[in-house]
Amino acid sequence: MLEAVDLTAYRGERAVAHAARIDLAEGEHLALLGPNGAGKSSLVLGLATLIRTVGELRYRGTLISDAAAFRQKTAVVFQRPLLLDRSVRENAALGLALRGISRRERDARAETELARLGVGQLADRPAIGLSGGEAQRVSIARALAIDPEILFLDEPFSALDAPTRETLIADLAQILRDRGVTTVMVTHDRDEALSLADRIGVVMNGELRQLDTAETVFGMPSDPEIAAFVGVENVLPARVERATDELTFLRIADQHVEITEQPPPGDDFPLMCVRPDDVVISREPAAMSARNSFRARIVRLEPIGRRTRLVLDCGFPLIAHVTRQSARDMGLAVDDQVVASFKATVPHLLPRIRH
Amino acid sequence: MGLFVEGIGGAIAKIATLDPDVIDAAIASLVVSGAATLLAVVTGIPIGAIIGLTRFRGRRLLLSLVNTGMGLPPVVVGLFVVTFLWRSGALGDLNWYCTRQGMVIAQYLLAAPSVVGLTAIALQSMDPLLRMQLLSLGASRRQAAWLLIRESRVLVFGAVIAGFGAVISEVGASQMVGCNIRSDTRILTTAITLETSKGEFGTAYALAFILLAIIFAITAFFTYAQQRRPHLW
Repeated sequence: MLEAVDLTAYRGERAVAHAARIDLAEGEHLALLGPNGAGKSSLVLGLATLIRTVGELRYRGTLISDAAAFRQKTAVVFQRPLLLDRSVRENAALGLALRGISRRERDARAETELARLGVGQLADRPAIGLSGGEAQRVSIARALAIDPEILFLDEPFSALDAPTRETLIADLAQILRDRGVTTVMVTHDRDEALSLADRIGVVMNGELRQLDTAETVFGMPSDPEIAAFVGVENVLPARVERATDELTFLRIADQHVEITEQPPPGDDFPLMCVRPDDVVISREPAAMSARNSFRARIVRLEPIGRRTRLVLDCGFPLIAHVTRQSARDMGLAVDDQVVASFKATVPHLLPRIRH
Repeated sequence: MGLFVEGIGGAIAKIATLDPDVIDAAIASLVVSGAATLLAVVTGIPIGAIIGLTRFRGRRLLLSLVNTGMGLPPVVVGLFVVTFLWRSGALGDLNWYCTRQGMVIAQYLLAAPSVVGLTAIALQSMDPLLRMQLLSLGASRRQAAWLLIRESRVLVFGAVIAGFGAVISEVGASQMVGCNIRSDTRILTTAITLETSKGEFGTAYALAFILLAIIFAITAFFTYAQQRRPHLW
C-alpha cells in the first residue's frame, strides 16, 4: 500500500532519518521503535509527506507527486492532542470540515467516533480544559472520523500517565483491529509496539536498522545496539569451538555453551544474545531438557515492576528475570548460590562489531 | 481647577447640543482611522502570516524593519506622505494632499507595522506542530494559515487593537497631511490641538470625551470578539 525506497527525511537542510526500504501492506500495523531522538518521528512525518523527503515514496504503486492529495487519504495523531480552542465535537469534525462535508454529516460522524473512543459525552464541552487522556482520545477520534486509509501515530501515548495509557492502548488496538486501518506507529515503548503492531522497525541513530516481525526483532535482533534496545540484556562475547549439523559449541569465559543456531559465516568470535526472561533459575541442578546450566552467585537483586532482575556471576555475567513471587518463594538473596539454565534454542548469535 | 470645571461644563453643553464641529470631527476620525485600520488589517494580517509561518531569505531583516515601523514618529510619516502627495511629488497627480484619502495613507503607514509585526509574532509563537496537524488533516496551506490566525485570535485582535490605537490617537501625521480643514479633514485629535491653542477648553474637553468614548467602544468591541470562542467556519 505504501512503499518507501531509499527515503531520507529532512528537517530544514539537515538529513535526520533514512530508511532503505519500507513496505506497508494494506491493513498492516507497523511500529517504528527506537530511543528518543533516533529519528523515528522524522521518518513517520516523512512517510506522511509532512516534512521534506528525498527518495521514492509510492502509494498503491504510484509515485506520490501531489502530497496534498495523498494527505487527504491519511491522518496523523501526534504526541500532543493539538486541539483547537473550540468544542470537542468541532475538533473531532475538523478533518471533515476541511473536506467540505456538510455540518450535519460531519457532526454525526464526529459523534460516532467520539462515542467509539469513550468521550461521546464530552461533545459539547470546550476542548481546552480536557484531561490529557480525554484530549488524546478526541485527537484520535478526529483522525478516525475522516476514515483514513493510513493512520500515522507519532507517540500518541507518551505524554499520558500509565493507567490512562494502558486503557487507551487497549481501546485503540481494538478499534484498529475492527476497522482494519493501515497504521504506522512511532513509539519508544516495546510493550506499546507489541500491543499494536504486526511488524516492528527499529530506528537508531537516524537509520531504520531492522524491519521484521515482532518475534524476529525481539528474538533475533540484527545488531548489538538493537539487542540492547529491545531488552536483550545478555550480549556476551563468545568463541566458536566447533559446529555440527545439530549444535554449535561456544566458549564464553570459562564456560561451554551449546546452541542450535549456526554461527555467522566466517566469524569465530560472535556475540551471543540471551533474553533475561529466557533464563531459568533453580536452587539445585535439575534434570531438564535445557542444554546449558551454570552454577551462579547472585550479585544483585533489583525489583523492576512485577519482576525481579537478577545479576548473576556464572563465570560470565548473566542477567535473569524472575517474577517477584518466584524470588520470594525461593528466598533469593544476594550472594546465594543458584543454578541458571537456558535452552540451546534460546541464544541468538550476532556478528561481532570490529572496530 | 477653574479651567477644568469650565471645560467639563462646556463639554457637556457641546455634546448635549450635538455641536456640528464636534460631530464632524468625530465622524472624520471614525472614517479616517476606521479606513486606515481596515486597510492595515486586510493587508497586514496576510503579510504577518507569511512572515510568521514561512522561512525565506531576508525574513529577519523584514521583521526588524516592521518592528522599527511600530515606533515610527507620526510627524516623520506625515513628512514622508506629504512629500509624495505634494503637487510636484510622486503621487501629486492624485490631488490627495489635504484630503481624507491622504490622511488614510498616513494613518495606514502608522497602523500596518503593528498589525504585521504582532500578527507575525502571534503566529510564530504557536506550536509548530499545530500547523503540521492541520495539514495532516487535509488543510491546504491557506486553510491552515486561516485556522492558525483564528486560533491565535487573542494576539491577532491585540494587533488590531494596537493598530487602531496607534492611529485614532495620533495627531502629527494627520495635521500635516490633512491640513486640519474644518468639517472635512479636521479629526478629533487635530481639533483638540486647535481648540486648546485657542483657549476653547469646553470644546477641547467635549472632543476629548468623545475621543475617549470612541476608543473605549471600539476597543471593547474588539476585546469581545477577541475573547469569544469561534465556531469552525
